[in-house]
Amino acid sequence: MSKELRVNSKYIDQTTRIPFKFNGKTFYGFKGDTLASALLSNNVHLVGRSFKYHRPRGIMTCGSEEPNAIVQVSNDPSLTEPNVRATEIELYEGLEANSQNCWPSVNFDIGGINNFLSPFLPAGFYYKTFMWPASFWEKYEFFIRHSAGLGKAPTKPDPDIYDHQYAHCDVLVIGGGISGVIAAKLSAEKKLDTILLDDKKDLGGVSIYNNDDNFKINDQNVSKWLSNEIENLKKYPNLSIKTRTSLAAFHGYNYLLAKENLTDHLNVNDRKDKIRQRLWKIRAKKVVIATGAIERPLIFNNNDRPGILLSSSIKKYIDYYGVKCGTKISIFTSNDSAYETVLSLYKNGVKVNSIIDIRDKSESLIVKKVQDIGIKIYWKHTVVNTKGYKRINSIELMKLNEKGTGVIGDKINESCDCLGISGGWTPMVHLFTQSGGKLEFNRIDNMFIPNENKSSSEQISVGSCNGDLELDDIIKKTNLKTKEFLDINTSIFDSLKIQSSKEKNKKNIWLLPSDKPLGKTKPFLDFQNDSTAKDVKLALREGFKSIEHVKRYTTTGMGTDQGKLSNMHALGIIADTTGTNMGELGTTTFRPPFTPLTFGAIVGRNVGQFFDHTRYSAMHNWHETNGAKFENVGQWKRPWYYPKNKESMHEAVQRESKAARDSAGILDASTLGKIDIQGTDASEFLNRVYTNAWSKLQIGKCRYGLMLNEDGMVYDDGVTTRLGENHYIMTTTTGGAANVLNKLEDYLQTEWPELDVYLTTVTDHFSTISICGPNSKKIVNKMIPDLDLSDQNFPHMSFKNSSINGVRCRVMRISFTGEHSYEINIQSNYAKNVWEMSMEAGKEYNITPYGTETMHLLRAEKGFIITGQDTDGTLTPVDLQMDWIVSKKKYDFIGKRSLYRSDTIREDRKQLVGLITDDPNEVLEEGSQIVEDLNKKPIEMLGHVTSSYFSPNLNKSIALAVVVSGKNLKGKKLFVPMENKNINVTITDTVFYDKENKRLNA
Amino acid sequence: MFVINCPFCGERDQSEFSSGGEAHIIRPKQPTELSDDQWAEYLFMRKNIKGVQFERWNHAHGCRKWFNMIRDTSNDKIHAIYKMGEKPPIV
Repeated sequence: MSKELRVNSKYIDQTTRIPFKFNGKTFYGFKGDTLASALLSNNVHLVGRSFKYHRPRGIMTCGSEEPNAIVQVSNDPSLTEPNVRATEIELYEGLEANSQNCWPSVNFDIGGINNFLSPFLPAGFYYKTFMWPASFWEKYEFFIRHSAGLGKAPTKPDPDIYDHQYAHCDVLVIGGGISGVIAAKLSAEKKLDTILLDDKKDLGGVSIYNNDDNFKINDQNVSKWLSNEIENLKKYPNLSIKTRTSLAAFHGYNYLLAKENLTDHLNVNDRKDKIRQRLWKIRAKKVVIATGAIERPLIFNNNDRPGILLSSSIKKYIDYYGVKCGTKISIFTSNDSAYETVLSLYKNGVKVNSIIDIRDKSESLIVKKVQDIGIKIYWKHTVVNTKGYKRINSIELMKLNEKGTGVIGDKINESCDCLGISGGWTPMVHLFTQSGGKLEFNRIDNMFIPNENKSSSEQISVGSCNGDLELDDIIKKTNLKTKEFLDINTSIFDSLKIQSSKEKNKKNIWLLPSDKPLGKTKPFLDFQNDSTAKDVKLALREGFKSIEHVKRYTTTGMGTDQGKLSNMHALGIIADTTGTNMGELGTTTFRPPFTPLTFGAIVGRNVGQFFDHTRYSAMHNWHETNGAKFENVGQWKRPWYYPKNKESMHEAVQRESKAARDSAGILDASTLGKIDIQGTDASEFLNRVYTNAWSKLQIGKCRYGLMLNEDGMVYDDGVTTRLGENHYIMTTTTGGAANVLNKLEDYLQTEWPELDVYLTTVTDHFSTISICGPNSKKIVNKMIPDLDLSDQNFPHMSFKNSSINGVRCRVMRISFTGEHSYEINIQSNYAKNVWEMSMEAGKEYNITPYGTETMHLLRAEKGFIITGQDTDGTLTPVDLQMDWIVSKKKYDFIGKRSLYRSDTIREDRKQLVGLITDDPNEVLEEGSQIVEDLNKKPIEMLGHVTSSYFSPNLNKSIALAVVVSGKNLKGKKLFVPMENKNINVTITDTVFYDKENKRLNA
Repeated sequence: MFVINCPFCGERDQSEFSSGGEAHIIRPKQPTELSDDQWAEYLFMRKNIKGVQFERWNHAHGCRKWFNMIRDTSNDKIHAIYKMGEKPPIV
């Protein structure tokens, strides 16, 4: 740290020296410094290279608007963070930061060659150049990708802890500057539950270090008055103050997101096990926006050299951090505020060489003070060029002509090591517009301000973000607006005595003229993205008119600072060039977040495994113990197959499916959706939601039903059982259960509220054990000897109430395999026991547990569809050759009318068919395409395979497929072309096994 | 994220609800008597208004009840919420 560059400051702790590393070199700063202020105190201005031309760039601001001083923090591969603004990093022990976008170093950067090539790199260069020849794009892309991007992403997982928290309040005040403090105090005094946020470490904004004698409140310096007010805020229990908390987004209905930094300012060793950042989700009844304004740069030739800073930032560095940005400073301004900087520098003994002011004169208090000191002011002059490659060393200025459109007279040379620039102020209206507010243009100060007539009544903007730039305006209007907003009659701020310097002479030139033609100059607009005033004009010449298009073509405002500094000038230059009024042009959209958020803050605690539920059946432990492999079906884990002795899936499935047909198989069918339907209109309801008729179904009988969407396409299927006169239980597919229930609820509540029907999901309450195969009857008989299983008493598609060891259960005789089979439904907490009983009872019949894969194979042998596998939302029951289940008699059901739309009655729709391969050992791949003519170009796809297996019971490969006009193509020879062969297939019936359904009653 | 005043539960965050599209599209009582065009009008055609729109909403992560909402899609202002079957209030 250089002693010559430090002055006393009470705002930081100048007794605690902190070492840090920048680009590998150790420096020192004080506790309370930012990385930027500490670097400046070490006389380091050059901190990075610009994105496109790799020009040397220095620290330009002192806040979140910083375009140049963005650095990579930490060398740790899991903690490293790119694109952090040096102006926002609070200095801590262990800080390691590096420049970005330069190689091999910031001092000697190979990419700097681009600066000399800049005449050949205009806006849209990449779009224009790499268009042709098209085949070269892959080569270009490699190089472009290598030169693109800022900073390096971490390569290892983030070890830090992040948190989310909700907050509710009556009033949220955003910004702890003078107007925010006033608003918060009024709100707290009124006993409202209030939250006050500020992104800095302390409250007070710029006024907290305003010790200028030209500004007084109740005869005190502004800083003194304000620090007392801030001290007083602590006494309100209903006021919560959050510093280091930046507001990221202002959504509708006063829902706001803010990021609180909890540990980034601590020494590395003190951070262990602490939450790094917390994302606050705030719902506020009322919001006061007090986000202040950002100083604008001036746009002139070579305005980007290291050592050129915003004038207000130079003021903050000297007054707040006690750091001189230079020893020979010049100030270039269009307004009075830069004179405050001059007075601060003067008071701290820093030499101010000269002031260049584009105005003809200024008659304000502070300008007079500066003139009295004897500092040279060049009125009506502009800087036309700056010199010094890695640090500014001199400026060239000339007199402006009468209109301010050109320069006249002789060039004057002034040497300096720092130039402060001030082009006026831009109110931070981001949050106001994010919340849906519209802006209006203030022609006097050339700025967009909130149009509060066109915004929600639950928020106001106060202070300079509302366009009030003078101290007395800020205080008086904040007081007045807040009173009205919060319904307050009298306020402690009503009778404040305020003394302030008033700006009377105003002038604004968006693009300052130079003695050289524009094409030979580099007046930067967007410093980070290297877009200049030339680029904007080029875009206009090339026909881009919308501000949004100009932005994207030139990349102006697209850097990490999101155009906080550059957007107004871009708009101004467009307006000037096209002869439009600025208000009419509009602005680009202000999108959240206001400043970048870390991914950590966004995800909070939602890291690692998904929070999605995993559902297990009551028999899951048994499956696990018995070596089942599991398949995910929706949220469920279902046994997929049970390999024995290192069997492959194919081997296990062949064994399981053979056993199920030869003797007995057992399946955990608990995951199928179960909906309990009750009410006097239950039968009518089923009539309306299923394609077939239900009124005549006898109590104790089961029926398969097909459910369509209103567009006629198959949606879900399953067996529904009539338990009583007004009581049914419906089963749905495993994956479709929740959606089916929602859909049925929707119809009941909205279309047919007159129906007396109640739906309850009972999927988890009952577990289902399905026992199938020729010996299933004997096994069930052993388990429930009281139950008469004769075909007369208990035929296929019927149901009996029964009990096992005194526990009631429902037994259905239904089959998805084509075998004689039973489903035992029992309360879930008994299910594992009953499953084990079944295994025991079936032992003598080699009862074999089988998983979903075998179930799929067995049903495919029978040609039963699986909705979602054989259907895809484009197939009607007719397409599936399931016309038999569509009632002709019923007047209406969901989807009925759609079944005879011109499209659904087409003969050449894709229809479900069976496929067998000429080579019985060749198993088709599911999803493969089916064609007729291999020579036709382009080859015509007739359909695709939906299910395919090798059937051990038929000893050949079988498949289901959808094929155009497939219904009429039985026996037709087609091809399934694969990568290196064409497979010959023949269309068959969909039922491959036991066409007569003899086995159901075997 | 807006706040929705569920007619059964009270004010809740939008994240508890799901939108069900345009409201007051009544399922034809006699679909079989409609032409293809008339049926297609019911089945497919939905308005997407910038401005005041009548919508169906479901308190999916709450009471699971459906209700109607009059919402301005340009600023998400909710003008009215009313139960299924009730007449839309005049706004």
